[in-house]
Amino acid sequence: MRIETLHALNLARHARKAAILVTDVDGQGEQVILEGEPVAGGLGEAVHASFRTGKATLVDIAGREVFLNVHLPPPRIVVIGAVHISQALARLAPVAGYDLTIIDPRTAFATPERFSGVDLIADWPEDALSKRPLDAYTALAAVTHDPKIDDFAIGEALRCGCFYVGALGSRKTHAKRMDRLKQQGLSDGEIARIAAPIGLDIGAASPAEIAVATLAQIVQAFRRRDIVTGG
Amino acid sequence: MSETELADPLMTAEHWKAAGRTVAIATVIQTWGSAPRPAGSHLVIDGEGNFEGSVSGGCVEGAVIGEAQDVIADGKPKMLEFGVADETAWRVGLSCGGTIRVYVERLG
Repeated sequence: MRIETLHALNLARHARKAAILVTDVDGQGEQVILEGEPVAGGLGEAVHASFRTGKATLVDIAGREVFLNVHLPPPRIVVIGAVHISQALARLAPVAGYDLTIIDPRTAFATPERFSGVDLIADWPEDALSKRPLDAYTALAAVTHDPKIDDFAIGEALRCGCFYVGALGSRKTHAKRMDRLKQQGLSDGEIARIAAPIGLDIGAASPAEIAVATLAQIVQAFRRRDIVTGG
Repeated sequence: MSETELADPLMTAEHWKAAGRTVAIATVIQTWGSAPRPAGSHLVIDGEGNFEGSVSGGCVEGAVIGEAQDVIADGKPKMLEFGVADETAWRVGLSCGGTIRVYVERLG
């Protein structure tokens, strides 16, 4: 492997871009393909399939053995709202292998005392997400109940193709939210992707149980996603 | 997934190379049966036999590290196969009964 190839691959991984390293095992040729880049022919089909499954695979391209090694970014969770549910979710997420970030502009909520050791941003989602954009390998959970804080982040998550978008609130609350999101210019199809009320239906009552239900729903969305479209 | 950042063989390989060490990268490219590590898993080895990562969870790493020294020396990639059927050829086998193919290539 050329050092330039490894460098390009590591750069993509560091930038949370899905990438495939294609190695011609017989001829020793190699290339890094980023998700969304056009690739023609039989290799293109194989690349497309590998991005979807996330599995490395050996394929036959015109009689040559070609190895496709897929590198998908590790999934992460962004929580809007430094509330009681978020405290529980911040402890559960690392156990399941997810990085987690909490965003809440209300400095009374977003305190280091309440979220010791957690990646916490005490800023508006508009500002926080412009510095650290959402992507297809991010789950967004909006749990403030406050449209001024939640709505932009939910819309942004749908626009960026986040693999999961969940929003706390009753069906009535969510009906009003859907109206507001339509005014943001989002389509019915996009809005239908929102998981609301948030979390799998396990009869969760306490904030910790809602966190468990939400994390389970995030895992389900990630493992069962059909295709990840680039943000 | 901070675990992946702690011991990331491909980052290690780049750092080693930048530090002037000679490096080989071994990659599981195919598995049959109950192979312990999936295709795509990496083991990176330097010229002194230091290594990071795994291709089998410990059964055949020693043999791969040995073969990697030849690859580092002459720059020619090698295709290795380990499993029950090849036990006599390689004198190492996978206790789980699976078979794996490992591609070893020099970096740079």
